[in-house]
Amino acid sequence: MALTGLEIYKLLPKTNCKECGFPTCLAFAMKLAQKGTELANCPYVDEEAKAALDAASAPPIRLVAIGGGERRFEVGNETVLFRHEKTFFHPPGLVVRLRDDDPALAEQATRIDAYEVERVGIKIMLDGIAVDNVSGDAATFAKAVATVKGVSALPLVLISDDPAAVEAALAVAGGDRPLICAATTDTWQKMAELAKGAGCPLVIRADDLESLAALAHDVQGLGVEDIVLDPGTRDLAGNLAVFTQLRRLALKKNFRPLGFPIIAFAGAATREEQALLAASAVAKYAGVIVLDELDPSVIYPLMTLRQNVYTDPQKPIQMEPKLYPVGAVTDKSPIFVTTNFSLTYFTVSGEIEASGVPVWLVVADGDGLSVLTSWAAGKFDAEKIAKTVTSYGMADKVSHRKLVLPGYVAALSGEVEEELPGWQVIVGPREAVDIPSFLKTVWKAD
Amino acid sequence: MTELEIPVEKWSGAVRLVTLGATGDGGTRTSTVTVGGEAALPFLHFEGQIPNAPVVAAEVVDMHPADWSPALLEALGDDTRDPAAWARKMVGLGADLISLKLRSTHPDQGDRSAADAVATVKSVLAAVGVPLIVYGPGVVDKDNEVLVAVAEATKGERIALANCEEKNYRTIVAAALGNGHLVVAQTPIDVNLAKQLNILISDMGLSLDRILMDPNTGALGYGIEYTYSVMERLRLAALMGDGMTQQPMLCTVGEETWRQKESRVAEGVPAAWGDLVDRAVVWETTTALTVLQSGADIVSLRHPKSIALVKQTIAALMKGA
Repeated sequence: MALTGLEIYKLLPKTNCKECGFPTCLAFAMKLAQKGTELANCPYVDEEAKAALDAASAPPIRLVAIGGGERRFEVGNETVLFRHEKTFFHPPGLVVRLRDDDPALAEQATRIDAYEVERVGIKIMLDGIAVDNVSGDAATFAKAVATVKGVSALPLVLISDDPAAVEAALAVAGGDRPLICAATTDTWQKMAELAKGAGCPLVIRADDLESLAALAHDVQGLGVEDIVLDPGTRDLAGNLAVFTQLRRLALKKNFRPLGFPIIAFAGAATREEQALLAASAVAKYAGVIVLDELDPSVIYPLMTLRQNVYTDPQKPIQMEPKLYPVGAVTDKSPIFVTTNFSLTYFTVSGEIEASGVPVWLVVADGDGLSVLTSWAAGKFDAEKIAKTVTSYGMADKVSHRKLVLPGYVAALSGEVEEELPGWQVIVGPREAVDIPSFLKTVWKAD
Repeated sequence: MTELEIPVEKWSGAVRLVTLGATGDGGTRTSTVTVGGEAALPFLHFEGQIPNAPVVAAEVVDMHPADWSPALLEALGDDTRDPAAWARKMVGLGADLISLKLRSTHPDQGDRSAADAVATVKSVLAAVGVPLIVYGPGVVDKDNEVLVAVAEATKGERIALANCEEKNYRTIVAAALGNGHLVVAQTPIDVNLAKQLNILISDMGLSLDRILMDPNTGALGYGIEYTYSVMERLRLAALMGDGMTQQPMLCTVGEETWRQKESRVAEGVPAAWGDLVDRAVVWETTTALTVLQSGADIVSLRHPKSIALVKQTIAALMKGA
């Protein structure tokens, strides 16, 4: 929790030497509390005060980086319990678990590495591969990790309760900051030494929060700071309750020993149960989610949910309002009008592309809202549509005088025709999914 | 080391109890369904009482919905041609309620009469013992005509009449008041609009234990984050004691998710989307889970598999209650 100016002042030398650039230590402290200057500007602050201030300014949930290189991802550093209070910052890493005795390991890892999907113009990929030491054999584990590393640069999670197996795997992949999973009350010392030695983040696992906090304290004592928590729950009710408790302890109580991101395991008997366990963890507080298989019909909905939940509520994703030609447009191409909510834009332009018919897509400034919402809010009316069509110079770009309006604002047809003399309004489909059939059956330039 | 004390919120309010269906005094249901009563955030049993598990309503339409996703029509089979048989099938699959859509009364969908609608509702009431939610066609004038006739013909059944919106609430509330029914107050994804409508409805004399609220669900990928946050804010306000936000929430998950491309299209979509049927069921059930975790008391669904999965999910989330 951030310190107040007065609390910071108590830790300063109180000599008013002015070398920091401020007239008094108190003024400097006040500015520090507002994050308007840095502690390093005080040449006389002692080590003890520095440590206290550093600790106080540390985020309540530590930011932990997993993996090295380009595909590394960061989790933690969340500041709220509910996204409407501000926003969630670091989307949970979605990781797929592979068995170290899987004969098709390289092939599986290649598929995970290659999985990619686009949604609202954003490319989404999986974040990592977990290799599970189900064989119980250190050499098999190390070999499996080497195989996966050979085909993918994705961050790794090394799942084994056996320090010897982890040590063997680290000999292969230790330089890539894999997430070691996990240290328990039995193995923490050895696991912490391995994590410290390789500079890797470490999962700690215990079945109750007191033991988990004690474990965090212990591994920190051995110099491991990048910790990920596994409170041992594996069911919906348990995850929801305990992940919420962990988030609250960190944010509301500033409880340092458990101020770390959480790892969730979504392994389940069926595809759907796995999806539901993971979905619950996306919305409620996981930092890393381990899935048991690469099933696109599960992964794609989860990635969509993650994107939705981690959208900043203050800033819905918007497109720049302007003319977007979709395909090789000519003066005969139809003109479609829509709003600048990014989901609307991408859904509409995606369907136009799929239809194969080039279209002039006129994106009006609907305040970043969907067609229906911006219309209801008075941001997308006949006047706005007419002005937009005129300002984009559509009359010079096409030889026809036809305008396709979204079906949801069919009621505006008459008014738009009044605002744009000489133009004819055609009511398009309500849902973008019906655009291709509309272009094939209804649309005619002349 | 700092002492570990689990932070438990002390809430001063709770969600109101609302009972759908009646077994006597004009009611012919074999059982009733009570929702609400939560004195804690969704499924946080360590924090307070959650006396009633959320329930699943199965959507039934009064005409064969030929425009529905092929994935859905295939799973439902021939029963979609008879609402009574369809309803019976869904109750057999575990549905706690039937959400009956009187779509054929829509001027563009056949424009069937209020008398036809009454006959349909009666046939469904005769076919199943669970309580009903009944939807008009969604066109104000026709909604008024149809729902008033249904309300009068089913006096005492404690049916939830839907939708009761700002533009037609007077008629719908009067129909509920005079005939012992409930209303579903629907507002467009906004905390204050939801409160406002609850106030308008209760000002007409309908007691608050007869109002459900529908904050307007967005599907996964299509605005669920707005719904999610509005529902969390409504539920927090309810627990903090704001009396006009304490109505149980209903989310039309099936209707929203099955409209989307992800649930309808098998060809010409990226391979990274996976199989249509598998994906569509995951789409419906994850949307349901997400709204349940933000406070839904009733979720209405379409696919038989989703009904079973969501029932199972609710049971899993109620563990520890």
